Amino acid sequence: MSPRIARGEAKSNGEGNGAATEHLLALRGFSKSFGPVRALHEVDFEVDAGEIVALVGDNGAGKSTLIKAIDGVQPPDSGQAYFDGKRVRINTPQVAENLGIATVFQDLALCDNLDVVANLFLGRETISHGAGQLTLQLDEATMEHRAGELFSGLAVTIPSLRSEVGTLSGGQRQQVAVARSLLGEPKMVLLDEPTAALGVPQTKQVLDLIRRLRERDLGVVVISHNLANVFDVADRIVVLRLGKVAGDFPVEQTTEEHVVSAITGVGGNGGERAAEDRGEGEEEE
Amino acid sequence: MSGATGEAAPAANGGSGAVKETTRDTVRRFIQGDLASLRVVIGLAVIWIIFQSQNDRFLSAENLTNLMLQITAVGLISIGIVFVLLLGEIDLSVGAVSGLAAAVMAVLNAQHGWNPYLAIAAGIAVGLAIGALQGFLFSRFGVPSFVVTLAGLLAWQGALLQVLGSTGSINLTDPKITGLANTFYSDAVGWTMAVIVIVAYGALTLAGHRRRLAANLESEGMITLAMRFGLVAVATIVVVAVLNSDRGVPLALLILVAFVVGMEYVAKQTRFGRHVFAVGGNVEAARRAGIGIEKIRVIVFALSGTMAAIGGIMAASRLLAVNQNSGGSELLLLAIAGPVIAGTSLFGGRGAVWTALVGALVIGSISNGMDLLALSSAVKFMVTGGVLLLAVIVDAIARRQRQAAGRV
Repeated sequence: MSPRIARGEAKSNGEGNGAATEHLLALRGFSKSFGPVRALHEVDFEVDAGEIVALVGDNGAGKSTLIKAIDGVQPPDSGQAYFDGKRVRINTPQVAENLGIATVFQDLALCDNLDVVANLFLGRETISHGAGQLTLQLDEATMEHRAGELFSGLAVTIPSLRSEVGTLSGGQRQQVAVARSLLGEPKMVLLDEPTAALGVPQTKQVLDLIRRLRERDLGVVVISHNLANVFDVADRIVVLRLGKVAGDFPVEQTTEEHVVSAITGVGGNGGERAAEDRGEGEEEE
Repeated sequence: MSGATGEAAPAANGGSGAVKETTRDTVRRFIQGDLASLRVVIGLAVIWIIFQSQNDRFLSAENLTNLMLQITAVGLISIGIVFVLLLGEIDLSVGAVSGLAAAVMAVLNAQHGWNPYLAIAAGIAVGLAIGALQGFLFSRFGVPSFVVTLAGLLAWQGALLQVLGSTGSINLTDPKITGLANTFYSDAVGWTMAVIVIVAYGALTLAGHRRRLAANLESEGMITLAMRFGLVAVATIVVVAVLNSDRGVPLALLILVAFVVGMEYVAKQTRFGRHVFAVGGNVEAARRAGIGIEKIRVIVFALSGTMAAIGGIMAASRLLAVNQNSGGSELLLLAIAGPVIAGTSLFGGRGAVWTALVGALVIGSISNGMDLLALSSAVKFMVTGGVLLLAVIVDAIARRQRQAAGRV
């Protein structure tokens, strides 16, 4: 008997595949096992453009497995994915990138010995025209110019585009990593623990940046342990517990208490109750 | 901003809204190794002053010319080592490879009568092939580069003995080959080259400045650029004047400087160089950015083997012979020690090709000075070992300071 899935949003009520095409990303029945361990079990999940979805849950609840299934690092054993209304099969990170799904990893994957511009363009450097092209000469001026535009558009504050990334604060590094993910002009950004280990002002900077991603009409998925941050920034909170969706709450219609009880599974099915309290619960099929 | 980030790497400059640097920042950067260039220049000055005070022939034009000839082989080998160090790896085979490549060239030219240029090309090809093989074994099977190249050190030394055959020594008589290390240009040619270098440097600096302005980026002030240009111009003129007052500008030095400048360009301004720094800084980040790690590693080790071969050929040209000791004794350690002394990190991701030249100059000066003072081999080995140890400790301290400051 699986825990009930509470859905607050009207558009989620239609559970068929037809409804899945209305979302930017919709997953249906995603399952993934590692040997005998069921990391994900029949997970349905969707993200809209211009929406920030927070993915919360205890350690081992399946958050990272779900993210890896979305960005192609670890394809699911079964389940269907729809992106932009089309059925897709995200087998490799390359497929995800081509679709427009960008991931910012928790460890940021930055080279501390390189400057901000070099990190932004790593692996997709701009090459000079003319004679320099033969030697694949870097077009530093163009890259720095583009980096400057990108950062001012995002209102990101960095001491200098030429500072070594290793000299930046945790918040600045996080902002660089997020900006880097935007260079490929994605439609959706996955952020793994973007505010972990950040101080209060830095956390605020990063949350502001996440909101600006929403303003750009990107779909944003944020994994976080920090419920205060989640309630601060997210539109919707999806709770995973033991590899299953244990709750799906619109932020303005729920409380931290309900989310916590859905995460821990203590106090009955918090997710269901949260929705039913408002008379919006959906009966189990 | 003006010159706040310009010191450590000439390529890195500009940026928006940089903070004004205080004296304390400068001291901190000095310790953390960002101002390694300043550190090594001070070190070199101290060494020169000490030896000059002990023997006034040390800074004579003749001895300085000899010094340049002495450092050519080590400097060239060090250029390849710099790239390997940037990856955070090590190549212990460069000494043996340099000897083997020179032996192949010598046998083909002196015993088989090959055209000297073909023989030189064959020697270089041997170095390239060996380097590529070692790079492949390292990157494909994940064997630590230390072990692969240590095995190579032994194996290629054996190959050297095999190639040299029963005589154990081959004299070089072909003027094309011996000319590499024994050609000096006339005063007029020397001054012409100086003018070309100065004009080219000025033109490139100006072009870079214009490009940044055209892209609407802050550039360093004209005063900073003019000062750096003036420094390069004065240095070039002094070097040519000193060399001209003895035998003239040696071809060997030109070869060394040309490789340093060319490889510095590759390291700092091309996509390949950027990827080498990235792999050395954070392999995982480089992989996720889509950089072909294996390819970069194989190319870097091939480059190291190639530069070792070129250095070995220059050494053979200077000695007029290849023997069983070619590429042996302390050559390997000096080639690695030089760049490290001058600021290229053993831990990867930090360094510059010019450290090969300056490092060779530091080590060469010490060795040359001790020869002038007629010190015994015992003392020379101990002093050189001590300097190497000191350089590595300074590198480790710089790294620890960076980590303490939250950098890696």
